[in-house]
Amino acid sequence: MKTYIISRITQALLVLLGAYTITYVILYLLPSDALSLMLTASGVDADTLSAAQLAEARHHYGLDRGVVDQYLHLLGNLLRGDFGTSLSTGSSVTTLLADRLPQTLMLAGCAITLSVTAGVGFAYTATWLRWRPLRLALRRLPALGLSVPVFWTGLLLIQIFSFTLGWFPSMGNKGFASLVLPAVTLSIPSAAIYAQVLMRSFDDVWGESYIATARAKGLSRAQIQWRHVLRNAALPILTLIGLQIGNTVSGAVLVETVFTRVGVGRLAQESVLRQDIPVVLAVVTISAAAFVTINLIVDLLYPLLDPRIARAAKVT
Amino acid sequence: MTTPDFTHFSPLAPAYDDRTDSDDVPIRSARLRRWSETLSLLRGHPGFLLALAFILFVLLAAAMPTLLTRFDPYATVPLEKLRAPSLLHWFGTDELGRDLYTRVVYGAGLSVQAALLAVSIAFIGGSTLGLFSGFFGGRIDAVIMRLIDVMLALPSLLLALVIVTAIGFGTLPVAIAVGFGLLPGFARTMRAEVMRVKTLAYVEAARLGGAGWGRILVNHILPNASGAVVVLATLDFGVAILVASGLSFLGFGAAPPAAEWGTLIANGRKFLITAPWLPLLPGMFVALAVFALNHISRTLEEVSK
Repeated sequence: MKTYIISRITQALLVLLGAYTITYVILYLLPSDALSLMLTASGVDADTLSAAQLAEARHHYGLDRGVVDQYLHLLGNLLRGDFGTSLSTGSSVTTLLADRLPQTLMLAGCAITLSVTAGVGFAYTATWLRWRPLRLALRRLPALGLSVPVFWTGLLLIQIFSFTLGWFPSMGNKGFASLVLPAVTLSIPSAAIYAQVLMRSFDDVWGESYIATARAKGLSRAQIQWRHVLRNAALPILTLIGLQIGNTVSGAVLVETVFTRVGVGRLAQESVLRQDIPVVLAVVTISAAAFVTINLIVDLLYPLLDPRIARAAKVT
Repeated sequence: MTTPDFTHFSPLAPAYDDRTDSDDVPIRSARLRRWSETLSLLRGHPGFLLALAFILFVLLAAAMPTLLTRFDPYATVPLEKLRAPSLLHWFGTDELGRDLYTRVVYGAGLSVQAALLAVSIAFIGGSTLGLFSGFFGGRIDAVIMRLIDVMLALPSLLLALVIVTAIGFGTLPVAIAVGFGLLPGFARTMRAEVMRVKTLAYVEAARLGGAGWGRILVNHILPNASGAVVVLATLDFGVAILVASGLSFLGFGAAPPAAEWGTLIANGRKFLITAPWLPLLPGMFVALAVFALNHISRTLEEVSK
């Protein structure tokens, strides 16, 4: 078990390092002229500078170092918690992130809770119902939830619940009321995926022979669904939640833009528009770290929740 | 009196004739039969035909927009601005008096091109990686799969944002960025399929028959492993439309006055209070297209089982 944990943590760290490296390569090595990109981002026209000034700028951004040297330098700073300086605003990226991260974490937290509740609830009801037309209609609904663009759902909800009904504010970060519409918007695609997967595994479990046994013992449908089906079908959802972190982060970029919230997602959108390379690198690294950490936790929790896996791990 | 042999003439026994024919071209007729079986299966899915019709409409809009509308997408008519949907202007008009339905139809060109390019990148790149990974196994497999793991740790929209930051804005960069985001899925599916097919008896038979690895790969493994990847491609065509429209909504798409679907929604957003149809109708169009693709790929999956 101990070796499993250690190997899993090492693997997670390596994946994270790999993600950082790929992002670094794309951002710093792919552009044909990273210097002029950075100068434009900080509001300076590269043509107006003399050769000496250009050289100085090159040194300032660390572009005069070798590729490997610069990479290691940035990585070293990162490990000390220093994400560098934003090109467009000149402030430290770490402060920017610290300012905005709580808002996004709150939004993501609410959205994840909401999507799990809604997804499980939906699948439970859809499997439970017996009237065929409604059953079939409900089965197709998650696919629709997956097809609707997140930003469009946001606009629709704003139109209905802010402009027409006036229940919730359409933008901003003030108070819990401003969190409701964004969280609902962000939770829909993930909820649809959970519902889809759960409905499938509910169906599978209903076909198992231990369900027939439970029926033979005289349990009612409700008892079987609650005690046997849900418990056996629910575990894969845990893995899915881990994998959905990526979608939640992607969705946060769109949702925060639609609802003009101050958060990491909108920071990402703004800094891509300004081609603010250090900020983009920092945001992507943070999201990858969140993804890797959550999935690591899920993997480590799994054997605790399903003892069969722990036993299998011991044998090999 | 001898019983005449009707087998060659009886309309009830055409199978006999067929068999003698198909001996000459066994593969093609088997393929034809499979196709016609699939088609007749699909006839039982009215939703599928509806979805297919909508996608054909979108493709037609992308290829020949002039057939579907008589307005000019860039002609501004200041007197007709912000009109609600009507019989003349099906989707209403925008803040410059341009017909929104026409803008959506012309927008299909850019959006479909972007999605097609993205899926092609993901399909070719991902399938090649998956094919090598599954076929050769061992160290090559380990290296490729670690790379895929790393790519999966980057949320697809963020990976696309990174690429767009580096190579600039516009339809082409967005398409490339989306394509790289979809690539890992193709690699994984292809690898799993190749690993399944590789162990089947006919591959072994081909090997015993003396076929080289290249030939086995091209003639036996690739055709039999590609079914699942094609289903994924239809599904991801919808995902590509979604992500690409998201990127152009964020402002990284084509420059005005050309407009992708996402750009149309982003522009209409400013008029949500006064003219809600401006952002909402193009968005509904996108949602329908993605839903149709989703439905098609689901039906294909069910039928191929």
